[in-house]
Amino acid sequence: MRPQRLLPNGESFVIRLNGQLMRVHAGMTVAAAILEAGMASRLSVRGDRRQPLCGMGICYECRASIDGQAHQRTCQIQCRPGMTVVAG
Amino acid sequence: MSEAFDLVVVGAGPGGLAAAATAAESGMRVCLLDDNPSAGGQIWRTGLGDGPVKTARRWLRRIEIARVEARFGWRAVVAPAPGVLRIEQSGLFADLEYAALVLATGARERFLPFPGWTLPGVYGAGGLQAFVKSGFSVRGKRVVIAGTGPLLPAVAAHLRAAGARIVSVVEQAPMRRLLKFSAGLLGGQTGKLFEGAGYALRLAGVPYRTGAWIMRAHGDERLERVTILAGLNVFELEADMLAFGYHLVPNTELAQLLHCKLDRGYVRVDELQRTSVKGIYCVGESTGIGGVDKAQLEGRIAALATAGRPDEARTLTGARDRQMNFVRSLADAFALRDELRYLPEDDTLVCRCEDVPYRGLGGCGSLREAKLHTRCGMGPCQGRICGAASEFLFGWKAPAPRPPLFPVEVATLAGVIESAPARDN
Repeated sequence: MRPQRLLPNGESFVIRLNGQLMRVHAGMTVAAAILEAGMASRLSVRGDRRQPLCGMGICYECRASIDGQAHQRTCQIQCRPGMTVVAG
Repeated sequence: MSEAFDLVVVGAGPGGLAAAATAAESGMRVCLLDDNPSAGGQIWRTGLGDGPVKTARRWLRRIEIARVEARFGWRAVVAPAPGVLRIEQSGLFADLEYAALVLATGARERFLPFPGWTLPGVYGAGGLQAFVKSGFSVRGKRVVIAGTGPLLPAVAAHLRAAGARIVSVVEQAPMRRLLKFSAGLLGGQTGKLFEGAGYALRLAGVPYRTGAWIMRAHGDERLERVTILAGLNVFELEADMLAFGYHLVPNTELAQLLHCKLDRGYVRVDELQRTSVKGIYCVGESTGIGGVDKAQLEGRIAALATAGRPDEARTLTGARDRQMNFVRSLADAFALRDELRYLPEDDTLVCRCEDVPYRGLGGCGSLREAKLHTRCGMGPCQGRICGAASEFLFGWKAPAPRPPLFPVEVATLAGVIESAPARDN
Protein backbone atom coordinates (compact mmCIF):
# COMPACT_ATOMS: atom_id res chain seq x y z
CA MET A 1 0.00 0.00 0.00
CA ARG A 2 1.43 3.37 -1.01
CA PRO A 3 1.47 6.30 1.40
CA GLN A 4 -1.47 8.67 1.08
CA ARG A 5 -1.59 12.39 1.47
CA LEU A 6 -3.41 13.48 4.59
CA LEU A 7 -6.08 16.09 4.27
CA PRO A 8 -7.11 18.27 7.20
CA ASN A 9 -10.08 16.64 8.92
CA GLY A 10 -10.26 14.13 6.06
CA GLU A 11 -11.78 10.82 6.92
CA SER A 12 -10.12 7.78 5.41
CA PHE A 13 -11.01 4.12 5.10
CA VAL A 14 -9.94 0.96 3.34
CA ILE A 15 -11.08 -0.54 0.03
CA ARG A 16 -9.90 -3.71 -1.69
CA LEU A 17 -8.42 -3.07 -5.15
CA ASN A 18 -7.44 -6.16 -7.14
CA GLY A 19 -7.09 -8.11 -3.90
CA GLN A 20 -4.90 -5.53 -2.14
CA LEU A 21 -6.02 -3.28 0.66
CA MET A 22 -5.74 0.43 -0.08
CA ARG A 23 -6.42 3.36 2.21
CA VAL A 24 -8.45 6.10 0.52
CA HIS A 25 -9.94 9.42 1.54
CA ALA A 26 -13.66 9.95 1.81
CA GLY A 27 -14.91 11.50 -1.43
CA MET A 28 -12.17 9.91 -3.56
CA THR A 29 -13.54 8.38 -6.75
CA VAL A 30 -12.76 4.78 -7.65
CA ALA A 31 -11.02 6.04 -10.83
CA ALA A 32 -8.71 8.21 -8.72
CA ALA A 33 -7.92 5.18 -6.53
CA ILE A 34 -7.07 3.09 -9.61
CA LEU A 35 -4.80 5.87 -10.94
CA GLU A 36 -3.21 6.38 -7.52
CA ALA A 37 -2.37 2.66 -7.46
CA GLY A 38 -0.82 2.97 -10.94
CA MET A 39 -3.15 0.34 -12.33
CA ALA A 40 -5.08 -0.03 -15.56
CA SER A 41 -8.84 0.34 -15.29
CA ARG A 42 -9.55 -2.14 -18.08
CA LEU A 43 -8.03 -4.19 -20.87
CA SER A 44 -9.16 -3.16 -24.35
CA VAL A 45 -10.76 -5.66 -26.76
CA ARG A 46 -7.29 -6.47 -28.15
CA GLY A 47 -5.76 -6.60 -24.67
CA ASP A 48 -4.14 -3.17 -24.25
CA ARG A 49 -3.95 -1.67 -20.76
CA ARG A 50 -6.15 1.40 -20.51
CA GLN A 51 -6.57 4.10 -17.90
CA PRO A 52 -9.43 6.56 -17.39
CA LEU A 53 -9.49 9.38 -19.96
CA CYS A 54 -12.31 11.92 -19.73
CA GLY A 55 -13.09 12.04 -16.00
CA MET A 56 -16.73 12.94 -16.65
CA GLY A 57 -18.54 9.69 -17.33
CA ILE A 58 -18.47 9.88 -21.13
CA CYS A 59 -15.60 7.75 -22.50
CA TYR A 60 -16.06 4.46 -20.58
CA GLU A 61 -12.28 3.88 -20.42
CA CYS A 62 -12.52 3.89 -16.61
CA ARG A 63 -14.97 1.02 -16.34
CA ALA A 64 -14.21 -1.73 -13.85
CA SER A 65 -16.04 -4.16 -11.63
CA ILE A 66 -17.29 -2.81 -8.29
CA ASP A 67 -18.68 -5.18 -5.64
CA GLY A 68 -19.31 -7.78 -8.31
CA GLN A 69 -21.13 -5.41 -10.65
CA ALA A 70 -19.24 -5.29 -13.98
CA HIS A 71 -18.66 -2.27 -16.27
CA GLN A 72 -19.13 0.46 -13.66
CA ARG A 73 -17.88 3.92 -14.62
CA THR A 74 -15.38 4.39 -11.81
CA CYS A 75 -14.93 8.14 -12.39
CA GLN A 76 -18.54 8.79 -11.36
CA ILE A 77 -18.51 6.59 -8.25
CA GLN A 78 -16.98 7.48 -4.91
CA CYS A 79 -15.17 4.87 -2.79
CA ARG A 80 -17.17 3.35 0.06
CA PRO A 81 -15.66 1.56 3.08
CA GLY A 82 -15.04 -2.10 2.31
CA MET A 83 -15.70 -1.72 -1.42
CA THR A 84 -14.17 -4.40 -3.65
CA VAL A 85 -12.85 -3.25 -7.03
CA VAL A 86 -11.52 -5.48 -9.79
CA ALA A 87 -9.78 -3.48 -12.53
CA GLY A 88 -7.60 -4.20 -15.57
CA MET B 1 -42.43 4.15 -10.38
CA SER B 2 -43.13 7.69 -11.50
CA GLU B 3 -43.00 11.15 -9.99
CA ALA B 4 -44.35 14.40 -11.47
CA PHE B 5 -42.66 17.81 -11.54
CA ASP B 6 -43.44 21.22 -13.02
CA LEU B 7 -39.86 21.36 -14.23
CA VAL B 8 -37.08 18.82 -14.63
CA VAL B 9 -33.57 20.21 -15.14
CA VAL B 10 -30.95 17.85 -16.58
CA GLY B 11 -27.44 18.86 -15.54
CA ALA B 12 -26.40 20.59 -12.31
CA GLY B 13 -23.62 22.80 -13.66
CA PRO B 14 -23.87 26.62 -13.69
CA GLY B 15 -26.77 26.70 -16.20
CA GLY B 16 -28.78 23.93 -14.53
CA LEU B 17 -28.28 25.30 -11.01
CA ALA B 18 -29.38 28.77 -12.10
CA ALA B 19 -32.44 27.37 -13.89
CA ALA B 20 -33.47 25.10 -11.00
CA ALA B 21 -33.07 27.78 -8.31
CA THR B 22 -34.82 30.50 -10.31
CA ALA B 23 -37.78 28.26 -11.22
CA ALA B 24 -38.19 26.86 -7.71
CA GLU B 25 -38.12 30.38 -6.24
CA SER B 26 -41.06 31.15 -8.55
CA GLY B 27 -43.01 28.39 -6.83
CA MET B 28 -42.44 25.57 -9.31
CA ARG B 29 -41.86 21.99 -8.17
CA VAL B 30 -38.40 21.29 -9.61
CA CYS B 31 -36.24 18.18 -9.93
CA LEU B 32 -32.52 18.70 -10.68
CA LEU B 33 -30.72 15.72 -12.13
CA ASP B 34 -27.01 15.07 -12.64
CA ASP B 35 -24.90 12.09 -13.63
CA ASN B 36 -22.10 13.22 -11.32
CA PRO B 37 -22.17 12.39 -7.62
CA SER B 38 -22.42 16.09 -6.72
CA ALA B 39 -23.52 19.42 -8.19
CA GLY B 40 -21.36 22.02 -9.93
CA GLY B 41 -20.72 20.40 -13.28
CA GLN B 42 -17.16 20.22 -14.58
CA ILE B 43 -16.31 23.90 -14.05
CA TRP B 44 -17.34 24.01 -10.38
CA ARG B 45 -16.08 20.55 -9.44
CA THR B 46 -14.61 20.71 -5.94
CA GLY B 47 -11.47 19.02 -4.66
CA LEU B 48 -11.42 16.64 -1.68
CA GLY B 49 -11.62 18.68 1.49
CA ASP B 50 -12.46 21.90 -0.42
CA GLY B 51 -15.83 23.61 -0.21
CA PRO B 52 -17.61 24.76 -3.38
CA VAL B 53 -16.47 28.02 -5.01
CA LYS B 54 -18.37 31.15 -3.95
CA THR B 55 -20.79 31.42 -6.88
CA ALA B 56 -21.57 27.70 -6.77
CA ARG B 57 -22.15 27.88 -3.02
CA ARG B 58 -24.69 30.67 -3.54
CA TRP B 59 -26.69 28.63 -6.06
CA LEU B 60 -26.47 25.50 -3.88
CA ARG B 61 -27.91 27.40 -0.94
CA ARG B 62 -30.70 28.74 -3.13
CA ILE B 63 -31.70 25.31 -4.48
CA GLU B 64 -31.75 23.99 -0.93
CA ILE B 65 -33.88 26.83 0.45
CA ALA B 66 -36.25 26.62 -2.55
CA ARG B 67 -36.55 22.86 -1.97
CA VAL B 68 -35.37 21.68 -5.35
CA GLU B 69 -35.41 17.90 -5.40
CA ALA B 70 -31.82 16.95 -6.25
CA ARG B 71 -31.01 13.60 -7.84
CA PHE B 72 -27.24 13.34 -8.19
CA GLY B 73 -25.64 10.18 -9.56
CA TRP B 74 -28.65 9.63 -11.86
CA ARG B 75 -28.73 10.00 -15.64
CA ALA B 76 -31.49 10.22 -18.24
CA VAL B 77 -31.42 7.18 -20.55
CA VAL B 78 -34.69 7.03 -22.50
CA ALA B 79 -37.92 8.96 -23.06
CA PRO B 80 -40.59 6.23 -22.72
CA ALA B 81 -43.45 8.67 -23.51
CA PRO B 82 -43.85 12.40 -24.29
CA GLY B 83 -43.21 14.38 -21.11
CA VAL B 84 -41.47 11.49 -19.35
CA LEU B 85 -37.76 10.83 -18.77
CA ARG B 86 -36.50 7.51 -17.47
CA ILE B 87 -33.49 7.96 -15.20
CA GLU B 88 -31.03 5.29 -14.12
CA GLN B 89 -28.49 4.69 -11.35
CA SER B 90 -26.46 1.46 -11.23
CA GLY B 91 -29.35 -0.69 -12.44
CA LEU B 92 -32.12 1.16 -10.56
CA PHE B 93 -34.53 3.27 -12.56
CA ALA B 94 -37.35 5.77 -12.07
CA ASP B 95 -39.59 7.81 -14.36
CA LEU B 96 -39.86 11.58 -14.05
CA GLU B 97 -42.90 13.31 -15.55
CA TYR B 98 -42.40 16.95 -16.46
CA ALA B 99 -44.47 19.86 -17.73
CA ALA B 100 -41.30 21.66 -18.78
CA LEU B 101 -37.74 20.43 -19.27
CA VAL B 102 -34.46 22.36 -19.20
CA LEU B 103 -31.50 20.64 -20.82
CA ALA B 104 -28.23 21.82 -19.28
CA THR B 105 -26.08 18.89 -20.34
CA GLY B 106 -22.88 20.86 -20.90
CA ALA B 107 -19.98 19.83 -23.05
CA ARG B 108 -17.21 17.27 -23.18
CA GLU B 109 -13.61 17.57 -24.35
CA ARG B 110 -12.83 16.88 -27.98
CA PHE B 111 -10.14 14.22 -28.26
CA LEU B 112 -8.27 13.89 -31.54
CA PRO B 113 -6.29 10.70 -32.16
CA PHE B 114 -2.51 10.68 -32.56
CA PRO B 115 -0.04 7.78 -32.26
CA GLY B 116 0.21 6.75 -28.60
CA TRP B 117 -2.94 8.51 -27.35
CA THR B 118 -4.28 5.32 -25.75
CA LEU B 119 -1.20 4.78 -23.52
CA PRO B 120 -1.69 4.83 -19.75
CA GLY B 121 -0.48 8.24 -18.57
CA VAL B 122 -2.31 10.09 -21.37
CA TYR B 123 -5.44 11.76 -20.02
CA GLY B 124 -7.93 14.42 -20.98
CA ALA B 125 -6.88 17.91 -19.82
CA GLY B 126 -10.12 18.49 -17.97
CA GLY B 127 -10.01 14.77 -17.25
CA LEU B 128 -6.75 14.93 -15.32
CA GLN B 129 -7.99 18.00 -13.46
CA ALA B 130 -11.10 16.04 -12.44
CA PHE B 131 -9.00 13.05 -11.30
CA VAL B 132 -6.79 15.32 -9.19
CA LYS B 133 -9.85 16.94 -7.64
CA SER B 134 -11.15 13.47 -6.84
CA GLY B 135 -8.00 12.35 -5.03
CA PHE B 136 -5.28 11.45 -7.58
CA SER B 137 -1.93 12.95 -6.59
CA VAL B 138 0.26 14.58 -9.26
CA ARG B 139 2.82 15.89 -6.76
CA GLY B 140 6.28 15.90 -8.37
CA LYS B 141 4.99 14.48 -11.68
CA ARG B 142 6.21 15.92 -14.98
CA VAL B 143 3.12 16.92 -16.95
CA VAL B 144 2.77 18.17 -20.53
CA ILE B 145 -0.54 19.90 -21.31
CA ALA B 146 -1.55 20.06 -24.95
CA GLY B 147 -4.36 20.68 -27.38
CA THR B 148 -6.34 23.87 -27.67
CA GLY B 149 -8.65 26.13 -25.72
CA PRO B 150 -8.88 28.37 -22.68
CA LEU B 151 -8.99 25.28 -20.48
CA LEU B 152 -5.30 24.46 -21.03
CA PRO B 153 -3.72 27.31 -19.02
CA ALA B 154 -6.42 26.92 -16.35
CA VAL B 155 -5.65 23.19 -16.01
CA ALA B 156 -1.92 23.93 -15.95
CA ALA B 157 -2.34 26.45 -13.14
CA HIS B 158 -4.48 24.02 -11.14
CA LEU B 159 -2.12 21.05 -11.58
CA ARG B 160 0.85 23.23 -10.71
CA ALA B 161 -0.88 24.30 -7.50
CA ALA B 162 -1.40 20.57 -6.79
CA GLY B 163 2.37 20.02 -6.95
CA ALA B 164 2.87 18.90 -10.57
CA ARG B 165 5.90 20.05 -12.57
CA ILE B 166 4.38 21.54 -15.72
CA VAL B 167 6.92 20.81 -18.46
CA SER B 168 5.09 22.78 -21.14
CA VAL B 169 1.68 23.99 -22.28
CA VAL B 170 1.31 23.29 -26.00
CA GLU B 171 -1.44 25.26 -27.79
CA GLN B 172 -2.15 24.61 -31.46
CA ALA B 173 -3.65 28.05 -32.15
CA PRO B 174 -1.21 30.66 -33.47
CA MET B 175 -0.18 33.52 -31.21
CA ARG B 176 -1.80 36.20 -33.39
CA ARG B 177 -5.24 34.64 -32.87
CA LEU B 178 -4.73 34.37 -29.11
CA LEU B 179 -3.65 38.01 -28.89
CA LYS B 180 -6.79 39.03 -30.75
CA PHE B 181 -8.86 36.87 -28.40
CA SER B 182 -7.24 38.30 -25.25
CA ALA B 183 -7.72 41.86 -26.49
CA GLY B 184 -11.43 41.22 -27.00
CA LEU B 185 -12.16 39.54 -23.65
CA LEU B 186 -15.28 40.79 -21.92
CA GLY B 187 -13.87 40.62 -18.44
CA GLY B 188 -16.42 37.95 -17.45
CA GLN B 189 -15.58 34.95 -15.27
CA THR B 190 -14.48 32.74 -18.16
CA GLY B 191 -12.24 35.43 -19.59
CA LYS B 192 -10.75 36.12 -16.18
CA LEU B 193 -10.06 32.42 -15.73
CA PHE B 194 -8.08 32.36 -18.97
CA GLU B 195 -6.19 35.57 -18.27
CA GLY B 196 -5.56 34.76 -14.61
CA ALA B 197 -4.24 31.29 -15.40
CA GLY B 198 -2.02 32.64 -18.20
CA TYR B 199 -0.64 35.25 -15.81
CA ALA B 200 0.08 32.66 -13.09
CA LEU B 201 1.93 30.47 -15.60
CA ARG B 202 4.07 33.34 -16.88
CA LEU B 203 5.00 34.18 -13.30
CA ALA B 204 5.97 30.56 -12.72
CA GLY B 205 8.06 30.47 -15.90
CA VAL B 206 6.03 27.67 -17.50
CA PRO B 207 6.52 27.72 -21.29
CA TYR B 208 3.22 28.35 -23.11
CA ARG B 209 3.99 27.38 -26.70
CA THR B 210 1.56 28.50 -29.38
CA GLY B 211 1.28 27.19 -32.94
CA ALA B 212 2.54 23.83 -31.62
CA TRP B 213 1.02 20.41 -31.14
CA ILE B 214 1.65 16.85 -29.99
CA MET B 215 2.63 14.47 -32.79
CA ARG B 216 3.20 11.31 -30.80
CA ALA B 217 3.22 9.85 -27.30
CA HIS B 218 5.92 7.25 -26.62
CA GLY B 219 6.24 4.53 -24.01
CA ASP B 220 6.07 0.77 -23.56
CA GLU B 221 3.68 0.12 -20.68
CA ARG B 222 2.95 3.78 -20.03
CA LEU B 223 3.87 7.29 -21.21
CA GLU B 224 7.58 8.14 -21.16
CA ARG B 225 7.91 11.07 -23.57
CA VAL B 226 6.10 13.08 -26.22
CA THR B 227 7.09 14.46 -29.63
CA ILE B 228 6.06 18.06 -30.29
CA LEU B 229 5.98 19.99 -33.53
CA ALA B 230 6.43 23.75 -33.15
CA GLY B 231 6.77 25.59 -36.43
CA LEU B 232 9.58 23.81 -38.23
CA ASN B 233 11.04 22.33 -35.05
CA VAL B 234 10.36 18.79 -33.90
CA PHE B 235 11.50 17.95 -30.39
CA GLU B 236 10.86 15.48 -27.60
CA LEU B 237 9.99 16.14 -23.97
CA GLU B 238 10.13 13.57 -21.18
CA ALA B 239 6.90 13.40 -19.23
CA ASP B 240 5.07 11.20 -16.72
CA MET B 241 1.69 12.44 -17.90
CA LEU B 242 0.17 14.09 -20.92
CA ALA B 243 -3.10 15.96 -20.40
CA PHE B 244 -4.72 16.90 -23.71
CA GLY B 245 -7.95 18.12 -25.21
CA TYR B 246 -9.02 20.04 -28.29
CA HIS B 247 -11.53 22.47 -26.80
CA LEU B 248 -15.10 21.25 -26.22
CA VAL B 249 -17.98 19.61 -28.04
CA PRO B 250 -21.55 20.06 -26.79
CA ASN B 251 -23.48 17.15 -25.27
CA THR B 252 -26.54 17.19 -27.53
CA GLU B 253 -27.52 13.52 -27.38
CA LEU B 254 -30.49 13.95 -25.00
CA ALA B 255 -31.76 16.96 -26.97
CA GLN B 256 -31.55 14.91 -30.18
CA LEU B 257 -33.31 11.96 -28.57
CA LEU B 258 -36.16 14.35 -27.72
CA HIS B 259 -36.21 15.57 -31.37
CA CYS B 260 -34.88 19.07 -30.65
CA LYS B 261 -33.39 20.56 -33.82
CA LEU B 262 -29.70 21.39 -34.00
CA ASP B 263 -28.01 24.28 -35.77
CA ARG B 264 -24.38 23.61 -36.80
CA GLY B 265 -23.97 21.04 -34.06
CA TYR B 266 -25.53 23.05 -31.24
CA VAL B 267 -29.08 22.92 -29.92
CA ARG B 268 -31.16 25.59 -31.66
CA VAL B 269 -32.91 27.95 -29.23
CA ASP B 270 -34.89 31.18 -29.51
CA GLU B 271 -34.50 34.35 -27.42
CA LEU B 272 -36.10 32.65 -24.38
CA GLN B 273 -33.95 29.46 -24.70
CA ARG B 274 -36.87 27.48 -26.17
CA THR B 275 -35.85 24.58 -28.41
CA SER B 276 -37.84 23.47 -31.47
CA VAL B 277 -39.88 21.16 -29.17
CA LYS B 278 -42.64 22.72 -27.07
CA GLY B 279 -41.86 22.78 -23.35
CA ILE B 280 -38.18 21.90 -23.79
CA TYR B 281 -35.50 24.54 -23.16
CA CYS B 282 -31.74 24.34 -23.53
CA VAL B 283 -29.06 26.38 -21.72
CA GLY B 284 -25.29 26.49 -21.35
CA GLU B 285 -22.59 24.90 -23.50
CA SER B 286 -25.06 22.87 -25.60
CA THR B 287 -26.28 26.09 -27.24
CA GLY B 288 -22.75 27.45 -27.82
CA ILE B 289 -19.45 27.05 -25.92
CA GLY B 290 -19.23 30.20 -23.81
CA GLY B 291 -18.54 29.38 -20.18
CA VAL B 292 -20.12 30.04 -16.79
CA ASP B 293 -21.48 33.57 -17.26
CA LYS B 294 -23.45 32.66 -20.35
CA ALA B 295 -24.71 29.42 -18.80
CA GLN B 296 -26.07 31.16 -15.69
CA LEU B 297 -27.77 33.89 -17.73
CA GLU B 298 -29.37 31.31 -20.00
CA GLY B 299 -30.46 29.21 -17.03
CA ARG B 300 -32.19 32.20 -15.47
CA ILE B 301 -33.83 33.17 -18.78
CA ALA B 302 -35.19 29.64 -19.34
CA ALA B 303 -36.50 29.41 -15.78
CA LEU B 304 -38.26 32.78 -15.91
CA ALA B 305 -39.79 31.80 -19.24
CA THR B 306 -41.10 28.47 -17.88
CA ALA B 307 -42.40 30.22 -14.77
CA GLY B 308 -44.58 32.52 -16.87
CA ARG B 309 -42.36 35.56 -16.31
CA PRO B 310 -41.16 36.23 -19.90
CA ASP B 311 -40.90 40.00 -19.38
CA GLU B 312 -38.33 39.49 -16.64
CA ALA B 313 -36.57 36.94 -18.82
CA ARG B 314 -36.30 39.54 -21.57
CA THR B 315 -34.43 41.92 -19.26
CA LEU B 316 -31.55 39.40 -19.37
CA THR B 317 -31.42 38.69 -23.09
CA GLY B 318 -29.19 41.68 -23.89
CA ALA B 319 -26.50 40.42 -21.53
CA ARG B 320 -26.90 36.91 -22.98
CA ASP B 321 -26.49 38.22 -26.53
CA ARG B 322 -23.23 39.91 -25.54
CA GLN B 323 -22.06 36.52 -24.24
CA MET B 324 -22.84 35.07 -27.67
CA ASN B 325 -20.16 37.40 -29.10
CA PHE B 326 -17.74 35.73 -26.69
CA VAL B 327 -18.91 32.33 -28.00
CA ARG B 328 -17.95 33.38 -31.52
CA SER B 329 -14.57 34.81 -30.52
CA LEU B 330 -13.74 31.61 -28.59
CA ALA B 331 -14.60 29.49 -31.63
CA ASP B 332 -12.49 31.71 -33.92
CA ALA B 333 -9.49 31.84 -31.58
CA PHE B 334 -9.31 28.09 -31.03
CA ALA B 335 -10.37 26.82 -34.46
CA LEU B 336 -8.56 23.57 -35.30
CA ARG B 337 -5.75 23.63 -37.85
CA ASP B 338 -5.82 21.23 -40.81
CA GLU B 339 -2.48 19.64 -39.95
CA LEU B 340 -4.10 17.84 -37.00
CA ARG B 341 -6.02 15.69 -39.49
CA TYR B 342 -2.82 14.04 -40.59
CA LEU B 343 -1.57 12.95 -37.17
CA PRO B 344 -3.10 9.43 -37.04
CA GLU B 345 -1.07 6.66 -38.69
CA ASP B 346 -2.54 3.46 -40.15
CA ASP B 347 -2.46 1.59 -36.84
CA THR B 348 -3.50 4.55 -34.64
CA LEU B 349 -6.80 3.68 -32.95
CA VAL B 350 -9.68 6.04 -33.69
CA CYS B 351 -12.39 4.13 -31.76
CA ARG B 352 -11.02 3.26 -28.31
CA CYS B 353 -14.03 1.17 -27.29
CA GLU B 354 -13.72 -1.29 -30.19
CA ASP B 355 -10.00 -0.80 -31.00
CA VAL B 356 -10.71 0.30 -34.58
CA PRO B 357 -7.58 1.67 -36.32
CA TYR B 358 -7.41 4.62 -38.71
CA ARG B 359 -6.55 2.26 -41.57
CA GLY B 360 -9.66 1.51 -43.59
CA LEU B 361 -11.86 4.21 -42.03
CA GLY B 362 -11.00 6.78 -44.70
CA GLY B 363 -12.64 4.51 -47.31
CA CYS B 364 -16.01 4.76 -45.54
CA GLY B 365 -18.42 7.48 -46.59
CA SER B 366 -20.11 8.04 -43.22
CA LEU B 367 -19.99 7.06 -39.57
CA ARG B 368 -22.93 4.74 -40.24
CA GLU B 369 -20.94 2.92 -42.93
CA ALA B 370 -17.88 2.82 -40.66
CA LYS B 371 -20.04 1.26 -37.91
CA LEU B 372 -21.28 -1.48 -40.23
CA HIS B 373 -17.86 -2.30 -41.68
CA THR B 374 -15.50 -1.75 -38.74
CA ARG B 375 -17.58 -1.46 -35.52
CA CYS B 376 -16.24 2.12 -35.12
CA GLY B 377 -18.59 3.87 -32.67
CA MET B 378 -20.33 0.64 -31.62
CA GLY B 379 -18.82 0.46 -28.12
CA PRO B 380 -20.24 1.63 -24.79
CA CYS B 381 -19.40 5.34 -25.30
CA GLN B 382 -21.71 5.06 -28.33
CA GLY B 383 -19.48 7.18 -30.54
CA ARG B 384 -19.20 10.13 -28.16
CA ILE B 385 -15.38 10.12 -28.42
CA CYS B 386 -14.73 8.78 -31.96
CA GLY B 387 -17.78 10.59 -33.37
CA ALA B 388 -16.35 14.03 -32.56
CA ALA B 389 -12.92 12.88 -33.78
CA SER B 390 -14.18 11.43 -37.05
CA GLU B 391 -16.29 14.49 -37.71
CA PHE B 392 -13.03 16.46 -37.77
CA LEU B 393 -10.92 13.78 -39.49
CA PHE B 394 -13.37 12.72 -42.20
CA GLY B 395 -16.14 15.35 -42.13
CA TRP B 396 -18.74 12.78 -41.01
CA LYS B 397 -21.85 14.07 -39.28
CA ALA B 398 -22.74 12.06 -36.19
CA PRO B 399 -26.04 10.21 -36.74
CA ALA B 400 -28.89 10.96 -34.31
CA PRO B 401 -28.48 8.86 -31.15
CA ARG B 402 -30.72 5.89 -30.50
CA PRO B 403 -32.19 4.95 -27.14
CA PRO B 404 -30.95 4.06 -24.62
CA LEU B 405 -28.49 6.99 -24.47
CA PHE B 406 -26.09 4.92 -22.36
CA PRO B 407 -25.71 1.16 -21.93
CA VAL B 408 -28.23 0.16 -19.24
CA GLU B 409 -29.21 -2.94 -17.30
CA VAL B 410 -31.82 -5.30 -18.71
CA ALA B 411 -34.23 -4.36 -15.89
CA THR B 412 -34.24 -0.74 -17.03
CA LEU B 413 -34.92 -1.77 -20.61
CA ALA B 414 -37.63 -4.15 -19.41
CA GLY B 415 -39.39 -1.08 -18.03
CA VAL B 416 -39.29 0.34 -21.55
CA ILE B 417 -40.81 -2.82 -22.98
CA GLU B 418 -43.61 -2.82 -20.40
CA SER B 419 -44.57 0.74 -21.25
CA ALA B 420 -44.48 0.13 -25.01
CA PRO B 421 -48.01 -1.37 -25.57
CA ALA B 422 -49.73 1.60 -23.92
CA ARG B 423 -47.97 3.90 -26.36
CA ASP B 424 -48.74 1.78 -29.45
CA ASN B 425 -52.48 1.37 -28.78
